[in-house]
Amino acid sequence: MNMPSTLFDKIWERHVVNRRTDYPDLLYIDRHFIHEVTSPQAFDGLRKRGLPVARIEQTIATADHNVPTKNQHLPIAEKLSRFQVETLRENCKAFGLPLHDLGSEKQGIVHVIGPEQGWTLPGMTIVCGDSHTSTHGALGTIAFGIGTSQVEQVLATQAILQYKPKTMRINIDGVLAKGVLSKDIILYIISQITTSGGTGYFVEYAGSAIRALSMEARMTICNMSIEMGARGGIIAPDETTFEYVKGRTFAPKGENWEKSVADWATLKTDNNAVFDQEHHFKAEDIEPWITYGTNPGMGIGVTQNIPELALNHTAKDMNKSLTYMGLEPQQALLGKKIDYVFIGSCTNSRIEDLRLVADIVKGKQKAKAVEVWIVPGSKKVEAQAIEEGLDKVFEAAGFDLRQPGCSACLGMNEDKIPKGKYCVSTSNRNFEGRQGPGSRTFLASPFTAAIAAITGTIEDARTYVG
Amino acid sequence: MKEIKSTCIPLQIANIDTDQVIPARFLKATTREGFGDNLFRDWRYLPGDVPNPDFVLNNSTYSGSVLVAGKNFGCGSSREHAAWALADYGFNIVISSFFADIFKGNALNNGILPIQVSDEILATLFEKIDQNPATEIFVDLPNETLEILGTDIKISFKINAYKKECLLNGYDDIDYILSMTDKIKAFVLS
Ligand code: SF4
Repeated sequence: MNMPSTLFDKIWERHVVNRRTDYPDLLYIDRHFIHEVTSPQAFDGLRKRGLPVARIEQTIATADHNVPTKNQHLPIAEKLSRFQVETLRENCKAFGLPLHDLGSEKQGIVHVIGPEQGWTLPGMTIVCGDSHTSTHGALGTIAFGIGTSQVEQVLATQAILQYKPKTMRINIDGVLAKGVLSKDIILYIISQITTSGGTGYFVEYAGSAIRALSMEARMTICNMSIEMGARGGIIAPDETTFEYVKGRTFAPKGENWEKSVADWATLKTDNNAVFDQEHHFKAEDIEPWITYGTNPGMGIGVTQNIPELALNHTAKDMNKSLTYMGLEPQQALLGKKIDYVFIGSCTNSRIEDLRLVADIVKGKQKAKAVEVWIVPGSKKVEAQAIEEGLDKVFEAAGFDLRQPGCSACLGMNEDKIPKGKYCVSTSNRNFEGRQGPGSRTFLASPFTAAIAAITGTIEDARTYVG
Repeated sequence: MKEIKSTCIPLQIANIDTDQVIPARFLKATTREGFGDNLFRDWRYLPGDVPNPDFVLNNSTYSGSVLVAGKNFGCGSSREHAAWALADYGFNIVISSFFADIFKGNALNNGILPIQVSDEILATLFEKIDQNPATEIFVDLPNETLEILGTDIKISFKINAYKKECLLNGYDDIDYILSMTDKIKAFVLS
């Protein structure tokens, strides 16, 4: 009999092309997503070596990071951004790659369009020059972010050199309170494990609270795996996964569908499989979670006070973070006034997120002093939001519904939070300057963000939802 | 890269993420060169592009090709631009007591050696540099040792055999993978 193995092991072993002691494994890659920011130097590398793209049909290109979220039909105004997107266009043309360009119906944030188009399928290996590639793990894939040199490797060979990471399982059992979302689960986990606790590991999320989540909610969890240092996160595919994938544009059809599902159903961790590390958390312990500091591990339950010292931080680091944020130890965040709300990013910009937000704001108005940006993750999400009339709800509330892209998640385009201003953001990073030089970010769930938009303050979502 | 002797630039901050190493707004370039100018940009310059006198890169007391940084260096974004910025500025070694995975890989792919030491050694190194900015370290890559010169501290560090071979020979991942093209073809057909 075979040794019991983990879901991660099963998929990894299926993809090993070559193994040599002390050397990294050569791993075959099923899907490679590329975008304008981390690909130009990789294409240059191919040119220098005189190599073509090895597997065009497995390479998906889009423009998302450095694009405006207004007037996407016009030429990009900012010179360097325009040049970067044009470079992507030229590279795709020269190497024969189809590009899902601005305005096209399949354009969007790489990690949003992969699952929604059916490019991301259970059992795959997926890479992209972006650390939040871990998002795709929600469908039962091994998906991780890579640097540009590795983008070049994959373009050239469709394979990558990788040491096999260690495995960690995080179990969350129980039932979440009303008003608590999967974003709260992952922010909670990161504050317990810290931003470096997952380094060297690939994480499987399991337990009844995870099983109960929708596919999109699972993506939010896997998305932020990297914020605890892990290479990626994965969730075993189940009925929820198959339901989600079924009928998507690039999903298998007919007889192939049946065959695929039969195979995918075997992708789970065997009983008695051993992980290098295992954690157990209770869903009941999780309240709406929010960050107060300058890394995603510096988070608290929304009713708690800022601690004197965050786990795994020195007094000096803590002081530096709180000074940047303009906050004090022991201060409460409940009732704290904020200036901006950003609902978007590959963490929380899918149609379910927009629906959750619309449910809260329907018939209400945003707080006067608050500016609210809502940036759909993809052209498809945007179209669906309009079809469902969510755009009207947002417009009536005074929200600014923009066009798809990464936007204020990383502030590469003009969507920047001004210096010193507070932003409740559904994105994934609260690093110094992440949302613009001097910007101050509170990471939170779409519920917490929607309520902040209405009240202008940080509130406990549980008292508004239910 | 075989042996390196250099003074160090100390940056005693933990959890330095790659957004600090090179902020996103400087990722618009389409070549690998020139990122050094914006290394640690938001710490290095005050508003109006005035060099911040309190930031270590603007302090002529410290120089060298070795960056000594606090724990968990390079977390966050996968941007290889962080490694390019460090290399372009002139660093070829980064010493810390913990590195984020993707950064470590990116550094090694760009001729930067990340050396992981214990918290104690890191603290000692910061202390020595603080007492005497002329403190030098000596790194022997083939033997995987790091010495703090003028002290009796000599430790060994670990780097994986494959990457060491690459660094020593200026060898490249793609050359190595391409040598296995037949295996990849066979894999696809199987
Ligand atoms: S939305 Fe943010 S985290 Fe996601 S891919 Fe874009 S920049 Fe990266």
